[in-house]
Amino acid sequence: MIAKKWVPYAFLAVPLTMYSIWVLYPIISTFVLSFTSWDGVSPTIKFIGLENFVELFNDPYFGVSVINNIKWLVGFTGVCVPLGLLIAMLLDQKFKGTKIYKTLIYLPMTLSFVIIGQIWFWILEPRHGAINTILNMLGLESVGWLSDPNVVTYSLILAASWRQISYAMVIYLAGLKQVPNQLIEAAWVDGANAWKRFIHIIIPMLKPATVVAITVSIIDSLRAFDIVYVLTRGGPFYSSSVMANYMYIQSFHNYRMGYGSAIAVIQFLITLGFILFYMRYVLKSEEER
Amino acid sequence: MKKLLIFYILGTLIVLLWVSPFMISFFTSVKTMDELMVEHQWWLPPDIWHFENYVTAWTDANMGRYFLNTFIITIPSVLGTLFLSSLGAYALAWYKFKLSRILLMVFVGGMLIPFQMLLIPVYRLSLSMNIYDSYQGVILFHIAFQLGFCTFFLRNFMKTIPSSIFDAAMIDGASHFLIYRKLVLPLVTPAMAALGILEFTWIWNDYLWSLVLIQSDKYKPVTLGLVNLQGQWVTSWNVMAAGAIIAAVVPLIVFLMFQRYFIEGLTVGSVKG
Repeated sequence: MIAKKWVPYAFLAVPLTMYSIWVLYPIISTFVLSFTSWDGVSPTIKFIGLENFVELFNDPYFGVSVINNIKWLVGFTGVCVPLGLLIAMLLDQKFKGTKIYKTLIYLPMTLSFVIIGQIWFWILEPRHGAINTILNMLGLESVGWLSDPNVVTYSLILAASWRQISYAMVIYLAGLKQVPNQLIEAAWVDGANAWKRFIHIIIPMLKPATVVAITVSIIDSLRAFDIVYVLTRGGPFYSSSVMANYMYIQSFHNYRMGYGSAIAVIQFLITLGFILFYMRYVLKSEEER
Repeated sequence: MKKLLIFYILGTLIVLLWVSPFMISFFTSVKTMDELMVEHQWWLPPDIWHFENYVTAWTDANMGRYFLNTFIITIPSVLGTLFLSSLGAYALAWYKFKLSRILLMVFVGGMLIPFQMLLIPVYRLSLSMNIYDSYQGVILFHIAFQLGFCTFFLRNFMKTIPSSIFDAAMIDGASHFLIYRKLVLPLVTPAMAALGILEFTWIWNDYLWSLVLIQSDKYKPVTLGLVNLQGQWVTSWNVMAAGAIIAAVVPLIVFLMFQRYFIEGLTVGSVKG
């Protein structure tokens, strides 16, 4: 539309101002703070160069957090996305009841991670929790789902997967609308051919959905926070810590805001590649329309 | 026939698995602690339904107050972000200007960024603006933060409106704001509804930002309140469960009523781009 130059800016003035104050300025500010030793209270802020980053690379708990984030990433992309696809394939049919089935599987997506954490606490709790009760009934030993440092991260990923799989399924159900229904039905029934058909025809047709499901899962896995914070606070002894959680604890429990900012910056740089890829993808498919 | 059987058996198993955490929570919320700690039969409903746990959660555990706070925070946040993003989206969808593309990318980038990048400065900002520990502080932040996704979402939707409509209106001499208000807004109402429902659930479910920006019990939303309960009520699983269900019930109802919009919103934002 042809208009005087100022017109679009007039419409953008208020939203852009608010966005600049609460989103753009903070991003820059975090970069600046990452070079300081600010404690969150002092009126003066002291610059210490790269010290925070040097300390980070030697901080074993940060190392554990990064490794745990990688476990989250693998769990979200390698397990949740394929399972989401399988369930979507199963439910993308015209039988009676599929609608109700879908609705029931969507449900976890409407919940806050705080509630999901709470719900899974009753499932994972060592003495009276649902899983250990069953294990004991079968004559098996209890597992310290939330207390054993070797297990706890997987328990948290399991709890988060409940929601993440639903999300992957939603993306795939939308993607499957582009795939002819007979193809999907056939893939479920006729034995040996089915698998081939699935791999060679359906999967390629679903590529756009897969790209979105995987990038979103990566970005989500790298910013995981609430469930960890609510269920374990990253414990025992930081064994289930992830970057976001470690950043929060350093900044708001230990008042090391400079150090916390450095963690945020590293986390941002790790995520940046995926963000740029996703943006390029989205904007490109945008132009093709 | 075989196909039908596969579908129903597999489908039912998966759905049962998916719903069981809800069942466990619900049964936990209506039992006594003795039943929970001694009998361990979490898969069974209680002998006697103890709905008074909900009363305890609502009054003694203060969930009623938290519940109200969540409404006070969520509703203005959703309305504010919808209004402001529709303005921005209108400019980005319909006017050709130099910064148009860059600004769009700035909005998209902001919705993907790890929120840790904003945490400390936003906390600092609300302290220095004197809105720390208040409703306004969280509301203003939610409005600003959600602008990224909402502007992107609405802009894409506005792009689908044929431009002939605008040209006709321009020839008639309608002002730009009039076109936005009388022409575009009515056309994007369905998209705004979908977006509004999605945003409502997201802001309702927020935990982190209230954790950082609110301190006093009297302003805390349900998510924060629920975690608070862990301190005093940690041994009362039944009351905690009742609290969790109270916190979950509104987004669940909203979802069940507007499922189509919710799912559409979620997928339009991603797959179609």
